[in-house]
Amino acid sequence: MPRDDVTAETRQSFTKVGTRPLRPDGVDKVTGRARFGADMAAPGMLIGKVLRSPHAHARIRSIDTSKAEALPGVKAVVTRDDFANRTDELRDILVNVMAREKALYEGHAVAAVAAVSAAVARKALRLIEVDYELLPHVIDVEEAMRPDSVLLHDDMFTAGVDPVPDQPSNVAKRCEFGHGEVEKGFAEADIVIERSFRTEASHQGYIEPHACLASVGADGQGELWCCTQGHFMVRDTCAALLGMDVSRLRVIASEIGGGFGGKTTVFIEPVALTLSRKAGRPVKLVMTRDEVFRASGPTASTSVWVRIGVTKDGRITAGEAVLKYQGGAFAGSPVEPGAMTAFACYDLENVRAIGYDVVTNRPKQAAYRAPGAPMAAFAVESVVAELADRIGMDPIEFRLKNASREGTRSAYGPTFGPIGLVETLKAAKAHPHYSAPLGNNQGRGVASGFWFNFGGQTCVSLNINIDGTVGLAVGTPDIGGSRASMCLMAAEELGIEYDRVRVIVADTSSLGFNDVTDGSRVTFASGMATIQAARDAVKKLCARAARMWDIPEDAVVWEGGYAKPAGANAGDFQPLSLRDIAAAAAKTGGPIAGHWEFNAENAGPSFATHIVDAEVDPETGRTSILRYTVVQDAGKAVHPSYVEGQFQGGAAQGIGWALNEEYIYGADGKLQNPGFLDYRMPVASDLPMIDTVIVEVPNPGHPYGVRGVGETSIVPPLAAVANAVSAAAGVRLTSLPMSPPKILAALEAEKGAQAAE
Amino acid sequence: MAGHHVSTTINGDAFEFVCEPDETLLDVLRDRLSLTGSKEGCGTGDCGACSVILDGRLVCSCLVLGAEAEGRTIATIEGMADGDRLHPLQRKFLEHAALQCGICTPGILVAAKALLEKHPDPSETEIRYWLAGNLCRCTGYDKIVRAVLDAAAEIREGRDAA
Repeated sequence: MPRDDVTAETRQSFTKVGTRPLRPDGVDKVTGRARFGADMAAPGMLIGKVLRSPHAHARIRSIDTSKAEALPGVKAVVTRDDFANRTDELRDILVNVMAREKALYEGHAVAAVAAVSAAVARKALRLIEVDYELLPHVIDVEEAMRPDSVLLHDDMFTAGVDPVPDQPSNVAKRCEFGHGEVEKGFAEADIVIERSFRTEASHQGYIEPHACLASVGADGQGELWCCTQGHFMVRDTCAALLGMDVSRLRVIASEIGGGFGGKTTVFIEPVALTLSRKAGRPVKLVMTRDEVFRASGPTASTSVWVRIGVTKDGRITAGEAVLKYQGGAFAGSPVEPGAMTAFACYDLENVRAIGYDVVTNRPKQAAYRAPGAPMAAFAVESVVAELADRIGMDPIEFRLKNASREGTRSAYGPTFGPIGLVETLKAAKAHPHYSAPLGNNQGRGVASGFWFNFGGQTCVSLNINIDGTVGLAVGTPDIGGSRASMCLMAAEELGIEYDRVRVIVADTSSLGFNDVTDGSRVTFASGMATIQAARDAVKKLCARAARMWDIPEDAVVWEGGYAKPAGANAGDFQPLSLRDIAAAAAKTGGPIAGHWEFNAENAGPSFATHIVDAEVDPETGRTSILRYTVVQDAGKAVHPSYVEGQFQGGAAQGIGWALNEEYIYGADGKLQNPGFLDYRMPVASDLPMIDTVIVEVPNPGHPYGVRGVGETSIVPPLAAVANAVSAAAGVRLTSLPMSPPKILAALEAEKGAQAAE
Repeated sequence: MAGHHVSTTINGDAFEFVCEPDETLLDVLRDRLSLTGSKEGCGTGDCGACSVILDGRLVCSCLVLGAEAEGRTIATIEGMADGDRLHPLQRKFLEHAALQCGICTPGILVAAKALLEKHPDPSETEIRYWLAGNLCRCTGYDKIVRAVLDAAAEIREGRDAA
């Protein structure tokens, strides 16, 4: 009988989990052998290129491809006419992949070619004649919400409003969350602060552009190699858009060079498949960096208003927010999670958050690490810092006094189970960083953050090899070292060495459906499936041992990697190792494998508290980040190095978003900084070391207590940095990014205000 | 377009190839010679993922024309390990978990090797400024900088012992 002590309650002691072995894909990645999206080639391969709209908003009167088709070396040209229209939930994806009646943003795909070389393909693009009727455009979220704004979609009637409006608008949806009586709460407050905040669109900034290699044969069977966070999603979406049976499309996930949410949808993949089908040859399609910026998903830009009331002794009596997020040319900005997470860190009697999902003439937003939450936290945590200052209370003490804990009814509805916010706050307060002295023009900021985490559909297969090694197949692309965590969990369950488990990300024809790698779900959900598949295999290993000993199956137990008789009555047999049982498999019933398929629930939220020290140069307005500490609840850190890596990476992205990164548009509605020189992500010399503290409050929804850690780390930094910069500059900054000109302007305004007094 | 015939040395081996005048060295390495370890992250010299050593100098291979390789000596990530023996930087990157997705790793390793060959004992600040031309979006650079510091120390110890 396999041991079942770990299912009833969270396991406490481990021999493998919590150690830091080398990752299984490591050598390939330090030697250049690892194959990413653009690293694959096929015999007879053509090169695909996409023609994109130069206009922010235009009606496409006609597209003439005849000259391009006549160019020697061109094997296929596709436009909207090559994609069947649809009215279902995939319509927005279809229209984003290839424009139909209108080009909705600068960079929107309008045609594509496949040719024998990149040079011929580029030449062919210049020969395609598109007749555009230019339309006025709208870029700003507040402008797009005005009743007299330019409209993107004639058929967009705001959802979530009763009655449904009789006029179309750019507001796709209104949502509302909360409980209690907000006005009553504000009436009980001694101090109320309300402020408005702005954030600009930032891009996920993965270093690997989108890339794929598609091949569809005359028999209608296709293969697609691509960099994606979810190859099953790619398969299902592409098969639907191309009218193929799902079984006829096999998608192989390449190594993925960063995603952060931006590779959870399709852009070029259906185009490459359509080109390949038309040309009858494999087609490789790789975005340029310019295309990545103009045509793949940044996150939303936002306008957020927040009001919070407190009593003099530091109790929050009410919180209220109105969030407006523009998510580009289609519905689906992350305003809903923004509104849900805004007040999640606080135990509030009276709370309300209202969100508006708005469309503008910008590229369709894609998920970006805790989608929607960092902007909401920026607003709320800025006001929280200001309130703590006003009542003269330490900002961590103030948060502790109001913090969500087990049993708190969350602002978005459910009641929290065991959560670790209080633990992160206490650890932050006790950290030497928090009491270190500060110099002139320096300030310290603190902020907390929350993310739900996700479970989702998951399927894992675990095969016992003849020599007692183990092959593990998961269906969730590894974007940050998750294969190492899978091996650790399988080795822990089976009682074998870490390096005897080899894990692959299986293609879509080799494994059942898996949801996308998102929602910080992989170590939690694929990890739990791995544990359960290992337990399934252990059951079978015990049954084989029973057969070898000729005793009943329930008279065998699995301990420390060995099958043993359950007790003296079971008989006197030498323990059998996994290797012994595997070697005899052919004689005891054939191959031994474990499987697990499920829809994972109870992911267990993760909270974090960040501390940051910033120095502002009053002459130039330049900010330096001097010190940064991340404290976050991981539930149980399976591979602590990669948990720390998630903490550090989220903080770095948040610092970039807070200080430098933004989509800059001209009056013509065109993006002015579609490159890494002008879209300024943090480089090594911009950052200090980023200290980490892993808090472990076990998640009862996972056998080892694991919580996802990938996303929460980007929620606090916008506010933490803003609080530090505001403290250093002596003036509250409410607009991101806090670039030197904005800081100088705020300093000037403050000087003017002081002079007037 | 007339092709250029180019003879060059890559990772110690003689190579000959024909390329078009507008092809970059990165295109040639990746598409003509199947040396796909060098990555294209931007094509404009801003991300460093395509870093190679050209006649002893660290360059972005996306900013060099393939034709310019004539008679030159090029070192890429594929030549960094000595057979199955990893370079200390490669080992230390693995030990320190200095990579997550790994797309920037080849360029950063090539750049870090160029640094240590010039400056065997760099400070943290020197490493950060040297690597400022290599973007990493996953790690926040912390573990990368530690791995380079550790590799530098190991290489120095090895030299002192020898």
